[in-house]
Amino acid sequence: MQHRIFLALISAASLGLATVHAAPVSYKVPDETAAFKPGANLDTVQNNCTACHSADYIKTQPRGEKFKKDFWAAEVTKMIKVYGAPIEDADVGKIVDYLTANY
Amino acid sequence: MLDRREWMKRAGMAALATGLASQRAFALDSATLPFDNGERPLVRYPQKRPMIGQTERPPQLETPFSIFNDGPITPNNAFFVRYHLADVPYDIDPDKFTLEVKGKVDRPLKLSLKDIRKLKAVELVAVNQCSGNSRGFSNPRVAGGQLGNGAMGNARWRGVPLKAVLDMAGVQSGARQVTFNGMDGPVSDKTPDFVKALDIDHASDGEVMLAYGMNGEDLPVLNGFPLRLVVPGYYGTYWVKHLNEITVIDNVFDGFWMKSAYRIPDTPNNSVEPGTAPRATIPINRFTVRSFITNVSDGARLKSGSTTLKGIAFDGGKGIKEVAVSTDGGKTWTAAKLGRDLGKYSFREWKLPVKLTAGAYELKVRATSNGGEVQPMTPFWNPAGYLRNVVETVRVTAA
Repeated sequence: MQHRIFLALISAASLGLATVHAAPVSYKVPDETAAFKPGANLDTVQNNCTACHSADYIKTQPRGEKFKKDFWAAEVTKMIKVYGAPIEDADVGKIVDYLTANY
Repeated sequence: MLDRREWMKRAGMAALATGLASQRAFALDSATLPFDNGERPLVRYPQKRPMIGQTERPPQLETPFSIFNDGPITPNNAFFVRYHLADVPYDIDPDKFTLEVKGKVDRPLKLSLKDIRKLKAVELVAVNQCSGNSRGFSNPRVAGGQLGNGAMGNARWRGVPLKAVLDMAGVQSGARQVTFNGMDGPVSDKTPDFVKALDIDHASDGEVMLAYGMNGEDLPVLNGFPLRLVVPGYYGTYWVKHLNEITVIDNVFDGFWMKSAYRIPDTPNNSVEPGTAPRATIPINRFTVRSFITNVSDGARLKSGSTTLKGIAFDGGKGIKEVAVSTDGGKTWTAAKLGRDLGKYSFREWKLPVKLTAGAYELKVRATSNGGEVQPMTPFWNPAGYLRNVVETVRVTAA
């Protein structure tokens, strides 16, 4: 019974989205599930990368010989130079090594 | 005929067995896009049916390709989602929303959603396609969102011409471009905010639209609620979501998302030798002409005999002149029958009855626009993996 009432409330809320004088919308995205693979320097990667994007940005990239160290070094450089990621110099190598080893 | 371009894998039973399932929004199913490392979760978001999860934060959702076989209009709950920056406006009060129009105008404006809805409404059916649609097929592969063919959709947009609002504000002489900014933004103030620009003549052409409606409903939150820019025939990067700031400027906008990102080679076909860099680039602009078979997917086994192939075609705004189909790998072509014309910016459906005796077939589909553009038989290449429009091939076996 409680379950049914809950469902009714949900559908009323979704109908509300479509009216002209809509109530404030509060959109709830699902809990984040993408995770980095375990590996050396994982903590450095988590501390530096996850503020701006989820881990699936990395794991969906192409694989293969052309997508190793140079590729990941270019990506990390882009994050710093283009997107302003505040990554300390000492961490850059660790992040590149982790990405090269695990992706 | 039931098989799909994405081979859905039922992983749900395993998840149920471990007791994790129903409360989790994720991980009931997965999809595999047909290129290396193409495994993606099938994800559930509010206002959306299960979508191919590209990234979670910011959210990027791809439309499962089978949906394009259901009709020329892509349902709101299946429409793709693309964000660049993770500060997405999830809490929006439409009664407090304002659109600011400023810069080189005589009368700067602050319009509420009600003000905008009071203006004379127009409707237009138009395809929105991500610049990176189909990037995963790029060969050699390139960095970026690794999308299949589902980062596109066709909707009936409702709103007001941007021109009407610019006229209200009174564009000053010397205006050269108009910039568009939405409520979404970067997490760090060091990251360039997502701002796009159109030339003043384009912005005032009467077709570029401020849209609040999509297929008879409000825009879904993840498709730009409560207001987005619609730039017919142009790639989705210009269709700024949650649009709340329009600025008329007297120069050419030099923000990162125009000056450095979303650039294509300034060469014939905007392509370069695969693996090389262009000398000069220009901002990405109109769609290339494309077509797809939607009712038969690669690897399908069909019953030999008569079958009707169907699909969609679209281009950057001239409209579709012809769709031709080959069942012999491109040696001979037959013109398909075009479906109802919903406008020059819309998907155009096509169908063609064919007879397939037992054997293996390479089905190909090739569209020609009213402007004379034809899809190429071999793919063009550019470093960002944009503009893909090679003739699509679907391999099937009839038995």
